[in-house]
Amino acid sequence: MLAFVGLALAWSPVKAQQAAAQSNSASPARDYSKAEVHVLPVQGNIYMLVGAGGNVTVQVGNDGVLVVDTGVAEMSEKLLAAIKGLSDKPIRYIINTHMHPDHVGGNETIAKAGNTIAGGNVVGDIGASAGNQATVIATQEVLDRMSAPTGQQAPTPQGAWPTETYTTSERKLFFDGEGIQIFHIPAAHTDGDSIVFFRRSDVISTGDIFVTTSYPIIDLQRGGNVQGVIAGLNKIIELAIPADEQEGGTMIIPGHGRLCDIADVVFYQEMVTIIRDRVQDMVNKGMTLEQVQAAKPTLDYDPRYGATSGFWTTEKFVEAVYKSLKPKQQSGQ
Amino acid sequence: MGGITRGRLLGILALLFFQAAVVVRPVAAQMDPSGEWAPRFDEDWEERIPGPEIGDYLGLPINAAARLRGDAWNAALIELPENQCRAHGSDYGWRGPSNLHIWKEIDRSTQKLIAYHTHLSAYGAEQTIWMDGRPHPPDYAAHTWQGFSTGEWDGDTLVITTTHLKENWIRRNGIPRSDLATARVHVMKHGNYLTVAVIVYDPVYLSEPFVRTTDFVFSPQTQMAPWPCEAVDEVDRPEGKVPSHIGANPFLDEFPAKYGIPVEASRGGAETMYPEYQAKMKEMKLLPRPAKVVPNR
Repeated sequence: MLAFVGLALAWSPVKAQQAAAQSNSASPARDYSKAEVHVLPVQGNIYMLVGAGGNVTVQVGNDGVLVVDTGVAEMSEKLLAAIKGLSDKPIRYIINTHMHPDHVGGNETIAKAGNTIAGGNVVGDIGASAGNQATVIATQEVLDRMSAPTGQQAPTPQGAWPTETYTTSERKLFFDGEGIQIFHIPAAHTDGDSIVFFRRSDVISTGDIFVTTSYPIIDLQRGGNVQGVIAGLNKIIELAIPADEQEGGTMIIPGHGRLCDIADVVFYQEMVTIIRDRVQDMVNKGMTLEQVQAAKPTLDYDPRYGATSGFWTTEKFVEAVYKSLKPKQQSGQ
Repeated sequence: MGGITRGRLLGILALLFFQAAVVVRPVAAQMDPSGEWAPRFDEDWEERIPGPEIGDYLGLPINAAARLRGDAWNAALIELPENQCRAHGSDYGWRGPSNLHIWKEIDRSTQKLIAYHTHLSAYGAEQTIWMDGRPHPPDYAAHTWQGFSTGEWDGDTLVITTTHLKENWIRRNGIPRSDLATARVHVMKHGNYLTVAVIVYDPVYLSEPFVRTTDFVFSPQTQMAPWPCEAVDEVDRPEGKVPSHIGANPFLDEFPAKYGIPVEASRGGAETMYPEYQAKMKEMKLLPRPAKVVPNR
């Protein structure tokens, strides 16, 4: 047995070390000039496009192309070229899972390259321009945060805004021969998150409710909450059906990171739930944020998901969990 | 002495050719692990068959993060429907009480070896070991319990490199192996015995590579039973509930007390793998042994 110890120490798993380094390199400030878009066939009509910022899901078929999220603005031309490489049919729909710029940055370019199926009374009422771009679907919260009231400066150009919003818990669509369910997960990564379920292809596109590269990013300023993230993960687990050995079957495209299935989501859901339960226990005992951070409630998951630098550190994650769970102070108390 | 005749020369050349054909082994004639194999549990019986005790991390080169995963682990996790049919990872599957079937996949036109396939009776887990030199998939490809494996020959040893593994066990008491780990597996045949040495490199949960060997014996009469698995709700619990020990795990001292092992040693770490550690253990305090439980009659 000891002979193998020397053998083991001599061989260097460079790939594993690189993968570990990549998993902790969560930073929005990135040079995209040399970045490439990689295409990974998933199953059925679905492809996962990697490298344009957040992961992009593309559905192709006889009716045209549907895109879930559009990456960062800097990569939009490369993303469009990759989509055109998959199908010469028109881009009909974009679905935004949320409003962050690494998921909606390419909206304007991709939408302009497509067109909406329009005719009859739609064109009659609005004019021929009704079909000039792809339809962009998102929750009302996404439009609210990307736009601004009249007279105020909007954070994103109008051409990037959703053109069709929904305010209910679910929006349904039938396109390219399959039913598509879009579920609103309130108060999770942000307040306007959607997950997209392609029923015939059996693929779920999760947005940033599920990522494999870091702890869940909880945007408290934009209505995010750890309870909503867990509710979203539970929803994905409810929808997904595994094949043999609890793997495969429904495939899951995360907001960032590698292609997954239900087993990967379960590991992540268990991690977030355990950390939530620990922090809740500390909140119930009256511990302050500083005391909770000092207690290191994430220690067992830090080498995999944690970060000490970049925009989403472990410290910020614990703070977001704590603030999600800490009861709001009543006025006058 | 006389000269050599043409007939004798041809005879000598024919003999030399025959000897060369018999003695010199062609490149493709390494040992062949194909066949039916039955497990041998002489090593690590307690861990492999009854199963490891809670808090037994002896001899594992784990870090503090892995130790806390083990401390917080609650066996009720296994009864969640999402976890009931989970297969072992290919780096751990050899350890199970599993019969093993190995077969070759040969390209029909060239008769070259494309892959070895393994089937373990536990969970019906099947691993493919590509022998045709194909590259491993990109980082963004899916991970599986068996991972993506390529093989190469080091003399008579089949060396398998596996990446793209899902998270799994190092030990079945909550000590994890991450999805960023790589496994190198050395398969050796000694007569009718097969030794499988697994080396796990995990940048997340191990501070040093972890080495473990498992033995099988050639057993052509072995029967391979199917492994149907259907997840069911065994316990009624709230949706999304994840069993774990919040705070101190009250069962961690049971293992060192029962076996007379210092608590520090039971906590594992790379140091506990090496023989020198035994001397250090003699200076450590022991917990009082629990009283023997006499069953009621």
